[in-house]
Amino acid sequence: MKTTIHFYGQLTDITQASVLEMNDVPDTDSLLKNLMAQYPGLGQVKFTIAVNNSLVQNNTPLKPDTIIALMPPFSGG
Amino acid sequence: MDNIHERYERQIALPQLGEAGQRKLLSAKILVVGAGGLGCPALQYLAGAGVGTIGIIDDDIVSLNNLHRQLLYSTEDIGFSKATIAAKKIAALNPAINIYTYNTRLINAQALQLFPLYDIVLDCTDNFATRYLVNDACALLKKTLVFGAVNRFEGQVAIFNHCQAGNDMPSNYRDLFPVPPGEGEVMNCAEAGVLGVLPGIIGTMMANETIKLITGIGLPLVNKILLLNLLNYQQAIIDIQHGEAGAANLPLDETSFLHKDYIPACNPPSVFSIGRERLFELLEDPQTLLVDVRELHETPSITQLPFIQIPISCLQENFDKFEKDTIILFCQSGKRSLQAAAILTEKFGDKKKIFSLQNGVTDITGPVY
Repeated sequence: MKTTIHFYGQLTDITQASVLEMNDVPDTDSLLKNLMAQYPGLGQVKFTIAVNNSLVQNNTPLKPDTIIALMPPFSGG
Repeated sequence: MDNIHERYERQIALPQLGEAGQRKLLSAKILVVGAGGLGCPALQYLAGAGVGTIGIIDDDIVSLNNLHRQLLYSTEDIGFSKATIAAKKIAALNPAINIYTYNTRLINAQALQLFPLYDIVLDCTDNFATRYLVNDACALLKKTLVFGAVNRFEGQVAIFNHCQAGNDMPSNYRDLFPVPPGEGEVMNCAEAGVLGVLPGIIGTMMANETIKLITGIGLPLVNKILLLNLLNYQQAIIDIQHGEAGAANLPLDETSFLHKDYIPACNPPSVFSIGRERLFELLEDPQTLLVDVRELHETPSITQLPFIQIPISCLQENFDKFEKDTIILFCQSGKRSLQAAAILTEKFGDKKKIFSLQNGVTDITGPVY
């Protein structure tokens, strides 16, 4: 079961990649735990999570071939 | 007076827009908050399209390092008010429209007075404090907000608080990020950098969304946010449900909104903006001194609280008058007091706690209704 994660904004400074794939991640909490373990810097910054282009606030089960977007707030104008 | 049909003939020719759409544009009233990188292109296209009434609010002046992205301004405009110059330029583009300028930094009370005069508000600001202020005012007033923000090579566009039939639960920016980021939670806040064309594109998309909303064409980004990366054109449109977290952090009513502190996340750490609530807490300590840094002739004069007057122009000669441990500075709008706070913090370092009253005199006199 593949999950594709898209990183936006300066999150890519931490991950050094704009896209990442993970296998067999059951839900968004597990996904975040895995990501934090791999990139501890993600724990220091603010971002929000979308699953298949829909914002999620709570732990959400992931189906096969899900696309995740992690998006930080931008203030620039 | 030019021929309206000729000026707009290429967009009236669009069957989806037509003469009816043009009439809607001519009677629309749009407020653009911030006349910088996003505001410049938004203003140009809205004026070009014939939006009948445009308000521009910005307290900044044109600087040399603005000109790579704020193309409404010329080198000769450096040092002049952005709102005034922007109004002049778009009036030259389209003399038939009404333009109102507000050369001030938006504060809580003013948002409640200004926003009801317009149909749609565009958030073209460059800081989280004002973005949350604009979002909360729009949510409170049920005013449609076209949101745009940029960072380096990436942009975000969204429509919030669009209270129309069929949209009973309009989402707002707090559904995405319930509270503003704290210090260190956004990286390189002041120094992130931005490619000049990026706000040009995102500001133009904001104008596009505004025109779609006014004329009722296409699918505006209502309850959605578009993410766009100019380097690889990676993009996504994310659905935003209005939820508890977003609702819980909105001010409940106008009074709580007026007393809310929208503190810049990227302030120098030694200078703290405070609001009315914190002011009265601090004043309970007799070691707190309240200082008016406005010039002596400025009004309104304050009768509500004890204070001393040291105009910012005479600050350097009067350092000995700041006798107490905690100093709260205020001025008309909160801008000069912030400058004064920076000067005093440099002078006194850790020896004194220095605060600046965020909304100026209105934080002392109370809300203006």
